[in-house]
Amino acid sequence: MSRPAVPLVRLDSVTCAYGRDDVVVDASVTIDADDFVGIVGPSGSGKTTLLRALLGTLAPRRGRVVRVAGLRVGYVPQRETVDWSFPVTVAEAVLMARPRGGRWAPWASRAERGEVADVLDRLGLGALGSRHIRDLSGGQQQRVFIARALLRQPQLLVMDEPTSGVDVRTRHELLHLLDELHRDGLAILLTTHDLNGMAAHLPRLACLNRRIVAAGPPLAVLTPEVLQQTYGAPMDVLVHGGMPVVVDRAHGSLGPGHAHDVAAVGAPGRPGGNGDARGGLPGDDEAVADAAGPAASVRG
Amino acid sequence: MDGFWEPFRFEFFRHGLLVATVAGALCGLVGTFVVLRRMSYIGHGLSHAVFGGAAVAAVVGVDFFLGAGAWGIASALLIGRVARRGVIGSDAAIGVVTTASFALGLALFGLYGQARQSTEALLFGSILGVDETDIAVVVGVTVATVLVVALGYRPLLFSTFDPEVAAVSGLRVDRLDALLMVVLAVAILATTQVLGVVLVAATLVIPATVARMLTNRFARMLWLSTVIGAACGFVGMVASYHLDISSGAAVVLVGAALFTVVFAATGARGRRRLGARRIEPAA
Repeated sequence: MSRPAVPLVRLDSVTCAYGRDDVVVDASVTIDADDFVGIVGPSGSGKTTLLRALLGTLAPRRGRVVRVAGLRVGYVPQRETVDWSFPVTVAEAVLMARPRGGRWAPWASRAERGEVADVLDRLGLGALGSRHIRDLSGGQQQRVFIARALLRQPQLLVMDEPTSGVDVRTRHELLHLLDELHRDGLAILLTTHDLNGMAAHLPRLACLNRRIVAAGPPLAVLTPEVLQQTYGAPMDVLVHGGMPVVVDRAHGSLGPGHAHDVAAVGAPGRPGGNGDARGGLPGDDEAVADAAGPAASVRG
Repeated sequence: MDGFWEPFRFEFFRHGLLVATVAGALCGLVGTFVVLRRMSYIGHGLSHAVFGGAAVAAVVGVDFFLGAGAWGIASALLIGRVARRGVIGSDAAIGVVTTASFALGLALFGLYGQARQSTEALLFGSILGVDETDIAVVVGVTVATVLVVALGYRPLLFSTFDPEVAAVSGLRVDRLDALLMVVLAVAILATTQVLGVVLVAATLVIPATVARMLTNRFARMLWLSTVIGAACGFVGMVASYHLDISSGAAVVLVGAALFTVVFAATGARGRRRLGARRIEPAA
């Protein structure tokens, strides 16, 4: 599983703003070719803004963003931002991301249709190509946009809140899919609200609250102190089957993201399962926390 | 039946009919992007801006298409830039730029004593002034628009559906937006003669909305909207002669009637296709 740590993107002390308000302050992040990183933080903490800076759609106010030459990025936006009433089928939604490659004809070539069919098959959507994108389950909709991103053969897959609005089973299926893609050599960066269902299963996390509060493996990062700084609320952390489980102290419930019980977190045979701690997800043997503190960075 | 064919004996009517049909097709084609990008208000505002440009062109004494065209394109790019940068709300930007332009047009036409008849023709459309130049302009703009849409089909679709991901994928979304604004301004300019600045926005919106109720595919919506726009132009023009009403009003009324029929016939499915921006997973 060990691959050379080739940096794909690096944010050096980046500050981003909308108007006069700084939304992300002094953030340093490096995404390597073998990374599988989650960014967690409360609403308004700057997660999407950080992604935009990294993707190049938002120019930082200060600092710099360095990308490896010719970097191919696949981006899967939040489901809430998609216009589900737009008149496109699954196959059309995937195909639109494919570069024309010098073709002038507006219709797809046989080779292009073949590529779309292949990527849909790979993601278990082979029979759904002619369906309208609205006529799918939440998990299928998420996979359509992953398929669209994969069609560009990216080196880095960036996903904004991929588990937002999906059920527990879909979340587990998504985790397995992402794990498989990562094993195939894809670097993955995602944001999530879901500490227990998603973030705790990833090899590497960064906690963001306008600044990067801490970064490293979940066991090192998901501590009461870091969570207090990140979310501004007292939380306890239990360790179950070698995995952190965040509990919202004020309400006695499991932490931000949601409600699922400890037994579910530890269910065997799933990523992060009890008998298969973090179920083969990559990066389990990564180095311990890089840093903690107001200006900490991910592999700073 | 002879009465029905009567207007076809007149050259001015045949010219008008050709321009109305081609203009309807053009508006239907461009309207697909207007509707899917939720730019209906921009179309409405731009048509009013063109009126100001026409007034300035008349007063200065330059060709209508040159004067109003330059004015319309400048307004389109200005609106697009202001809206994209979020300096002020896009609806406010459109309101300020276009209504000021429209008011300027009214003031200039009043000050310089343009005939009330020509002002009304520009506002509500008239087939009387259509000549070979108008035909050439409308046909030329339509052919150019078809080429732009065909050659830029995939980038235009991508940037319309998902501009942020399109930008991440390397498309110059700002340039595509500007291109569409220019196409919209030119289409409005070319069709103003027949449809009138007040009603042209409806011909941008109605065919595309009807087409959206009939299909879930983008490519099919494009050609359906084009055909519906052409049909509305043709039928509206004939109705305009027989009912002695302005051509623009007749074209829009035919479109509105078609919308009503399709809306009723497609029922819940049609309304669902026109649905607001929201998540509706099947299960």
